[in-house]
Amino acid sequence: MQLHPMPLFGSFSLLLALTLCAYTLLAGALALWRSPAHAELSPSSRLGETARRAGLMSFAAMCCAAFALVWASLTNDYSVAYILHHTNRALPTAYKFSALWSGQEGSLVLWAWLLAAYGFVLRIRHRVDVRLYAFASTILSGVQVFFLLLLNFAAPPFAIQPGPLNPDGFGLNPLLQYPEMVIHPPMLYLGYVGFTVPFAFALGALMMRYPGEKWIHITRRWTMVTWLFLTCGIFLGAHWAYSVLGWGGYWGWDPVENASLMPWLTGTAFLHSVMMQEKRGMMKSWNVWLIFATFMLTILGTLLTRSGLVSSVHAFAQSSIGDWFYGFILIVFAVCLFTFFKQRDHLKTENHFESVVSREASFLFNNMILLVACFTVLWGTLFPVLSEYVQGFKETVSAPYYNRINIPIGLFLLFLTGVGPLLAWRSTSLRSIRRNFILPGLAVAITAIVLMLAGVRPWQDGDDMHATIFSLVAFSLAAGVVTAITSEFLRGAAVVRTQSGKNLFAATFQLVRRNTRRYGGYVVHFGIVVLFIGIAGGAFNQSHEQEMGFGDSMLMGPYKLVCQSFTQDSNPNYDTEYALLDVYKNGTKITQMAPEKRFYTASQQPSTIVANRSTLQSDLYVIYEGKNPESGRPIIKVFLNPLIAWIWIGVGIVIAGTLLGLAPNLTRAAFRANATAPTESHTTSNTPILTTAKAHHV
Amino acid sequence: MSSRLITRAVQTLVVCIAMITMLGANDTSTRYERVGHNMMCACSCGQILLECNHVGCPDSARMIDELRTQVATGANDASVMNWFVAKYGAIILASPVRGGFDNVAWITPIALFLLAIIGTAVLVRVWRARSLRTATPAPSIQIPGLNRTQADTLRDRIRRETEY
Repeated sequence: MQLHPMPLFGSFSLLLALTLCAYTLLAGALALWRSPAHAELSPSSRLGETARRAGLMSFAAMCCAAFALVWASLTNDYSVAYILHHTNRALPTAYKFSALWSGQEGSLVLWAWLLAAYGFVLRIRHRVDVRLYAFASTILSGVQVFFLLLLNFAAPPFAIQPGPLNPDGFGLNPLLQYPEMVIHPPMLYLGYVGFTVPFAFALGALMMRYPGEKWIHITRRWTMVTWLFLTCGIFLGAHWAYSVLGWGGYWGWDPVENASLMPWLTGTAFLHSVMMQEKRGMMKSWNVWLIFATFMLTILGTLLTRSGLVSSVHAFAQSSIGDWFYGFILIVFAVCLFTFFKQRDHLKTENHFESVVSREASFLFNNMILLVACFTVLWGTLFPVLSEYVQGFKETVSAPYYNRINIPIGLFLLFLTGVGPLLAWRSTSLRSIRRNFILPGLAVAITAIVLMLAGVRPWQDGDDMHATIFSLVAFSLAAGVVTAITSEFLRGAAVVRTQSGKNLFAATFQLVRRNTRRYGGYVVHFGIVVLFIGIAGGAFNQSHEQEMGFGDSMLMGPYKLVCQSFTQDSNPNYDTEYALLDVYKNGTKITQMAPEKRFYTASQQPSTIVANRSTLQSDLYVIYEGKNPESGRPIIKVFLNPLIAWIWIGVGIVIAGTLLGLAPNLTRAAFRANATAPTESHTTSNTPILTTAKAHHV
Repeated sequence: MSSRLITRAVQTLVVCIAMITMLGANDTSTRYERVGHNMMCACSCGQILLECNHVGCPDSARMIDELRTQVATGANDASVMNWFVAKYGAIILASPVRGGFDNVAWITPIALFLLAIIGTAVLVRVWRARSLRTATPAPSIQIPGLNRTQADTLRDRIRRETEY
């Protein structure tokens, strides 16, 4: 019998990781159960400490398992069935590495490894609050055990391929052979897996009746980082779809895409509503359920796409592990429900709403609308299953449905993005509303009028007027929200400038450093506005398809495309056909584009490589559709997609804003040192009173 | 007088919106695009008919030709869709638009959306009323050197500058 040392090493590592995590779960739970409910868990508690160390070691074991799989891929070890089915010899090294997450078993290894990595960081930082961290570590290990059970018994990544050794593999799915695919799945998984940490802290804090809101402070960075990863993952996926799938769009409302959007929506709701708990001790039960729901949605998304319950063009990894996920979700839900009912008296609110026109109420509206958006996505994803149950066949629920339902919801959220920051906590006076809303309101009205004068007239678009109406509303609201955000910055900077005598730019910089969280949040909102502008541009997309021989030309908006040649080429990994098109604008040649179609040898599958010329105004997006078998000439499809670049810029701004929000504030001492005016004069001048306000607790 | 003006303005707005909603051009190429984007390719690729980009797709080219023919006959959108449903089955519709149980797909999220907005407003008002009933009056904090209005203004500033 032939020995396979590396697969054996990998399998053993997975088994070891499972044993260590199971020990962390059981010993951790026992240590917590034996310690008095309100007593500090001693750092030197031997049982608890062994559980923590076992948890740390599980990360090392998972590193070994992941290393074994990557090594098998890099060394073309086709004795491993997973490697045989997802790689081939001619595959570039980067894609051999990314083969780790291109299939079911590998992506589960990545999930378990990331979970172990998060757990490692959490357990290292246990001295922040030993008892709370012990609870979180134990809950996290419970989740780890589930994934390791899957890897050891349901979807083993090191299963040996029966029969004689294959000389070459079957190749990687061509759609995955794209640079973004090397980073998109890890980003997405960092987001999915990361939500386990705030979930573990929330459940742990509830189980131990953790006093106060400190657990929220502890998990804030975890949640924001996780949300950031998920955001990056989602939009890298959208950019990949735009660049590779070749249908001219970036979001198709596919179940896999929906699965990533749902936890993002509830996670966004949590990031907002948790502020109410920090600030005013409100919405405690709501917040706990939001983070429970977010975690369960990450698992549900995986269940939907892995179990075959709904079909998806993006599901690169389907199998019969759905039953495991059903069981796990039920257990998680039961534990959450039981803990909530047992400890619900601990979640009593400390304050109540004082006005409908307040920051709290706007957060509540924002939360409700985000949850409605999440429900809509879930409902659309599951409706085919429901219709099959009721009517006997699966209805199709695709982009037209989601666009029609979700666009108004999105616009309402955009409206709240502008309104929320202008409202004060507790209650907003009429005078304050008049003062804060007049400029944004004017911006909305002026933008709408200017756009209508410029030709955005829904009443002239006949049956397609809905798209134009939504675009008009989106652009107008965007102008209002940008005005609102800018006025918030300017108002704060003016106060700092009066106090410090600095110029406006320096004053704004200092203002932002003084409260990075608040102003980082505004930058994120600004990014969302830019993103909405990009999405609204979709109402004006144009496309044209034409067979093009030598010297043939095609007009698209301001561009003229002339076919210079079409030819083919090949390398060990794929054969390719492509056309060379000269692009002219106003009679001047501006670039040459080369859309191509590849045919991968190992997997015997085709793939589109789009040629795209992106500007702030529009994308000229060119697809090589194939050759007409009768004439032998290429068929070229061209899209003119306005404002697409704004989407990617908007995402960049969202990332920058989140990073700013994560940065520490300028310390009070540093602020005092920077300030030149005396703070004692706060009652008679415009001097900011930030430094004294919190101390006075007025 | 002013309330009559407001009423008249609202009526005018409603009429304008109704006019905008009723207006409709009937260009063949836009109809082709619209109907084609509301149907799926029958090859089980899960893509919208006019966006199907499979090399050698067995269905999309034929279906697109059929769509062009049907639109050219002058039949309305519903008739064109019905023709395709009769030939390929309801699975080729990109969204549930056949009435009956399909309406549940549309009504549920819209109802939930309205319920969320109205429910939140009602909820906040109820909570506010309850907190007003149960609240004990907060002791007035005197700030030396300031009258009540100045103190309120100061509190307002403090709230504004310390919020996030």
